[in-house]
Amino acid sequence: MTRITRKVEFSAAHYYHNPNMSAEENRRVFGKCNNPHGHGHNYVLEVTIAGEPDPRTGMVLDLKELKDLLQREVVERMDHRNLNFEVPELEGKIPTCENIAAVIWQLLEPKIAQGKLDRVRLYESSELYAECTADANGAGRGA
Amino acid sequence: MKISLTRRYRFAASHRLHSAEMSEAENQRVYGKCNNPYGHGHNYVVDVTLGGPVDPATGMITNLGELDPFVEREVIEAFDCKNLNEDVAEFRSVVPTTENVSREIFMRLKGYPGARLERVRIEETGKNSFEFDEASE
Repeated sequence: MTRITRKVEFSAAHYYHNPNMSAEENRRVFGKCNNPHGHGHNYVLEVTIAGEPDPRTGMVLDLKELKDLLQREVVERMDHRNLNFEVPELEGKIPTCENIAAVIWQLLEPKIAQGKLDRVRLYESSELYAECTADANGAGRGA
Repeated sequence: MKISLTRRYRFAASHRLHSAEMSEAENQRVYGKCNNPYGHGHNYVVDVTLGGPVDPATGMITNLGELDPFVEREVIEAFDCKNLNEDVAEFRSVVPTTENVSREIFMRLKGYPGARLERVRIEETGKNSFEFDEASE
């Protein structure tokens, strides 16, 4: 088994607010992230594919294909967007690092043509990241 | 799919690697310059990883507003700007290698009520890192 990892960056705005909570509870739970005017991050995404290199090409998956997939599925969807309002897959969810990483996993997992999606690591800053990994039994579906 | 959250913390501390069970010569041979009796120090980087599930009401595995003060109280206050050999009781009898520091930090954090502690990873310098996880316990 060989793993390859591709890194991509996007910048986006968000804020945390649960409409089922009172304004006071939102402030208590989410703190300064509850500012209704929003704030933003430079997200760094690392996507890892696991598999056996193709004996003909020596590649697990052509990195160009992975680069194009990340551009299409993640960057075009999320870069310079407001994650609360402009990404349908996050509708009804608080756009935390955990939820964004899980959405990215679900977007990518069915579209990996060679190898398997092994890990999605999303850095909100150098001090914080969320990570999705395949289950121990190899099953990747479900959140 | 499993999900986890990793938060990074930092502290600076001094230490000396010296085992009471070894002779002076053996300590010198095993630990080299880390055996300097005057000690030396590092800027430690600590990555704390907590396992899911994600609370649907908050979108979070744990609220950093709870995790940060817990780590600050249990680890950073005890370790930052301290001499690990002299100021942390556990290292009076245990050599404060970063293997042992990562184990000690895991033990201090595993009672965190907000989520399940999966792993503690420490960078002693930019060139080396050490991990202690649930399976190591």
